[in-house]
Amino acid sequence: MESTVIKSRNFNASFGSNHVVKNVNIDIPRNHVIAVMGPSGCGKTTYLRCINRMHELIPGASSSGEMKLNDEDVYQMHPIFVRLKIGMVFQRPNPFPNLSIYDNVIAGYKLNGIKLPKAERDRIVEHSLTRVALWNEVKDSLNKKGSFLSGGQQQRLCIARAVAMEPEVLLFDEPTSALDPISTSTVEELFHELKVNYTLIIVTHNMQQAARVSDKTAFFFMGELVEYDDTKIMFTNPKDNRTQNYITGRFS
Amino acid sequence: MVTRSDLPLRVINSTPEAILKAKKRARRSFRQIRTENVFKRTLSIMGLVIIILVLGILLTLVVQSLPSIKALGLKYLWSKVWDPVQDIYGAWPFLLGTLLSSFLALIISIPFSIAVAIFLGEYHPKGWLPNFLKNTVELIAAVPSVIYGFWGLAVLVPIVRSFESSIGVEPVGVGIFSSSLILAVMIIPYAASLGRSMIHLVPSHLKEAAYGLGATRWEVIRSVVLPYTKSGLFAGILLSLGRALGETMAVTMVIGNTSLIPKSIFAPGNTMASVIANEFTEADKPVYLSALIELGLVLFLVTVVINLIGKKIIDRFTNE
Ligand SMILES: Nc1ncnc2c1ncn2[C@@H]1O[C@H](COP(=O)(O)OP(=O)(O)O)[C@@H](O)[C@H]1O
Ligand SMILES: [Mg+2]
Repeated sequence: MESTVIKSRNFNASFGSNHVVKNVNIDIPRNHVIAVMGPSGCGKTTYLRCINRMHELIPGASSSGEMKLNDEDVYQMHPIFVRLKIGMVFQRPNPFPNLSIYDNVIAGYKLNGIKLPKAERDRIVEHSLTRVALWNEVKDSLNKKGSFLSGGQQQRLCIARAVAMEPEVLLFDEPTSALDPISTSTVEELFHELKVNYTLIIVTHNMQQAARVSDKTAFFFMGELVEYDDTKIMFTNPKDNRTQNYITGRFS
Repeated sequence: MVTRSDLPLRVINSTPEAILKAKKRARRSFRQIRTENVFKRTLSIMGLVIIILVLGILLTLVVQSLPSIKALGLKYLWSKVWDPVQDIYGAWPFLLGTLLSSFLALIISIPFSIAVAIFLGEYHPKGWLPNFLKNTVELIAAVPSVIYGFWGLAVLVPIVRSFESSIGVEPVGVGIFSSSLILAVMIIPYAASLGRSMIHLVPSHLKEAAYGLGATRWEVIRSVVLPYTKSGLFAGILLSLGRALGETMAVTMVIGNTSLIPKSIFAPGNTMASVIANEFTEADKPVYLSALIELGLVLFLVTVVINLIGKKIIDRFTNE
């Protein structure tokens, strides 16, 4: 039987009095790619940011309910450990502009004050960049600033930065919406390889992308989790007619 | 006069009432254009007046300094004795007094202003306490400097005096050190509020990148916020320095007013601004007066340059 990594029960999130995520129950199986889709403004980003407790960084934001990582309540853990175990990749590639490519990859270790011998650092950098298929492109310019890379390369650098911390889960918030089609497909190819070691939760409003890359799909609508099933079933035989309408393009 | 041929075709083929309406509208817009032009010209004249005023001040300073520049030459700046009775004029004691008191004030105030900037910019941007703190800090800049002088004489000087006797220097109280303390308080708002707005400008996606990697608040501030804002913070410090160099009233009241070269930071002295304020009315000889005005010219140029550099850095920072 496959084990559950992330488990939410009756999970709610708000911005002040704006109730944005409503009573979400979900079980996310290990080493799978989960797509989260839904019309814009339906709370996908907010839900994703609740998983690694980034939501609470926004003044006035609050949440309630159960969010478990391997049966441990995320909201009982220290947020720093949560974010080390659940990495995040953002919509816009955000490498640190003042750091080199090399330093960007090990930024997580530096930020957390973890000192590593040079050989170990080198190994992590090479390994992480190889995982995101960037090593061959940048191995001769590791000391250049990360901001010189193309958008797609920057996004893969950000994935490498998250991977370098060896998290269990990786969260992606519309990771390709700022990328051109070719960079998009390189990033999409990565998902298949990354799921061997990690569990991937990917917010996207691109249905083709959800269909291409994910094993399971969750459909959010106005803050509710309307339907959650195997991606094949969701796209061929959705049970809820809101899902059906969305997939057939009746609203966006 | 609007004639038929001035009107759009659509109007020509319509009723007399419509034509009348269109004429009115046309006249109205002519009037608007005229008002707009007058308004624009008024603004340019106002702007020009200000520029002429500043240039005029500079010119006055230069012209009035000429007698002293001619008589004393460049060595005026580093001559160590100021004795108007003997007609000896050297600016060095005041240059030194100004530099000492301003930089000391800067060193004392930087930790406070940066702490306030980080607290308000990153830790607590909203809420009543931060708001109260922000307004209080801004109020510091609004208090008239003579009040600081008063407070300095009444409260600070006695404290400094007992501090001085406890560490075994001559307990004068008034002096460079006291003026530095007063100046430090007075310049906090400049670096603090500029720093606060610079910290607000740090893109949240960069901070989130660090938070997402498990960084703590302090780690985000140290590794993302401070590197990103360092030039802005530096500009804020420069602007405070400009303020400290030129501050007159409060300093004049607590610095002790002597034209001797200060032997230590606890000794009495004078800054360029305070010696002008102190001696301007008693300058009875043309060269004496001119020498004081030349001090003013130096002060003017130094503060202008410092402000320009500060503004330049801010511009570059906010345009990036
Ligand atoms: N920082 C914020 N402050 C206040 N409200 C927000 C913030 N971010 C998002 N919201 C609100 O939360 C709702 C859901 O937003 P979001 O989770 O970003 O949707 P999605 O990612 O599905 O497009 C929206 O109605 C939005 O107005
Ligand atoms: Mg979103």
